[in-house]
Amino acid sequence: MKPGRTISLPRSVGVLLAKDLLIEWRTRARLNALVFFALATLLLFSFAVGPDTKLLARNAGGYLWLALLFASVLALGESFRVEQENLTLDGLRLAPADARAIFLSKAVGNTLLLVALGALLIPVMVALYGVQVAMGPLPFAITLVLGCMAISAPGTVYSAIASNARARDVLLPLLLFPLIIPALLAAAKATALVLQGDPMEQLGSWYGLLSGFNLIYWGLGFALFPRVIED
Amino acid sequence: MNTVLQLVSTTAALVSVVLGIYLGVKWAPVGSRFNARPALYAMTGAAVVLLALGSWMGLVWTPPEREMGHVYRIIYVHVPAMWMAMLALVINFGCCIAYLFKASWKTDALAEASAEIGLLFGTYGLVLGSIWGKPTWGVYWDWDPRLTAMAIMLVTYVGYTALRRFVEDPEKRAVWSSVVGIISGINMPIVWKSVQWWRSLHQVQSTPKTVDPDMVLALRVNAWASLILLVLFLLHRYRIALATREAEVALPSALPTDTRTNPSEVV
Repeated sequence: MKPGRTISLPRSVGVLLAKDLLIEWRTRARLNALVFFALATLLLFSFAVGPDTKLLARNAGGYLWLALLFASVLALGESFRVEQENLTLDGLRLAPADARAIFLSKAVGNTLLLVALGALLIPVMVALYGVQVAMGPLPFAITLVLGCMAISAPGTVYSAIASNARARDVLLPLLLFPLIIPALLAAAKATALVLQGDPMEQLGSWYGLLSGFNLIYWGLGFALFPRVIED
Repeated sequence: MNTVLQLVSTTAALVSVVLGIYLGVKWAPVGSRFNARPALYAMTGAAVVLLALGSWMGLVWTPPEREMGHVYRIIYVHVPAMWMAMLALVINFGCCIAYLFKASWKTDALAEASAEIGLLFGTYGLVLGSIWGKPTWGVYWDWDPRLTAMAIMLVTYVGYTALRRFVEDPEKRAVWSSVVGIISGINMPIVWKSVQWWRSLHQVQSTPKTVDPDMVLALRVNAWASLILLVLFLLHRYRIALATREAEVALPSALPTDTRTNPSEVV
């Protein structure tokens, strides 16, 4: 990108993010649908497992992250459908901004959406599964942010690909789910430790795994995304 | 005996592999006049001979293992299969990176071929491992880090091959599948190192350094045979991919608007 006037990367990320959040806020339909979908998923787990509170409480972390992952597929799929409706992605490409800014703004936007969703789900999960929370809100928040970031970075790249492909509803989970397994495992384990207490001090190593995962996939997404949306 | 066998198998395999790579360049373009049949027959022959020799060595010539008895003999096919899967996926990773730097249908076709062949060898190795797991560990599938990491990696490549089927535009397909291939390739070091990072049920990698000297030669012969098979499979799949791509790229001239070149109009 070497036109006469370019907008700096942080500034274009901010502008694009503000645009996405504004669209999100004006419709609110996506967030509402996501919240009810994720709540229904949490409820369904308790029906599928049966009303065994001990079992539900022990697996609460895993169920929370599965609900978030399923909801994230809807959120990610939607994040590029919005751009395609009026060919706005072409408009964004023509704008004198770095293509990588589109990745960063979309990935940050998806992370914010998932974190908000997780923050709504956690109290419901605690009440529904009868969980005792052993640790304070800070480790909870760190786990939530790191886990949602881990879903968002590869998810944004893959949803940009899948939104243009045939059978896009099948393709996104098919590509994303196996890739996300290490992050899902780490996030679920970290959540379980936050809920049940961490006498062996293992929480840090799961945070390390999540941070490494984020570092790799945010870096890869940042580097490769311009190639994904080029024509 | 050992040195002679080793020399013969290594020479046969190296000659076949060099022949294969030469063929890949010379023979691949559709309609090429270059007659590759004799060379391909020679490669197939070398593969069959080495496979027969390797099977005899693996089943008869090598001694039974101290603890597992005869059950261990599956390493002569399981280990080479996994090596070849890794090799094919490394080729795929290299092609994906190369394509993003310099777009070429050849790189794209080789990426497609290597991903599918890697998937084939990986699944074969995984199934063989499960068959070995039942008498040794008592279960077909244990949630051991090595097994799980390998299975996850294979599923990511299933996603890769699915993506290739779901995108019609050849250029977009090539770019997107390169991106997905690079992202999926990140898993490979995790799979390779998993047996050292999380020491659990699966033993460390079987390489000539960790295997008993009596068994090294049989393993080598089988690995050379697998390598020739890998190159043969890759060549065939690469040629099919390249022919498909050429048909796709030439498609616009066959659209119904141009009646002279549309075969369906010519009765």
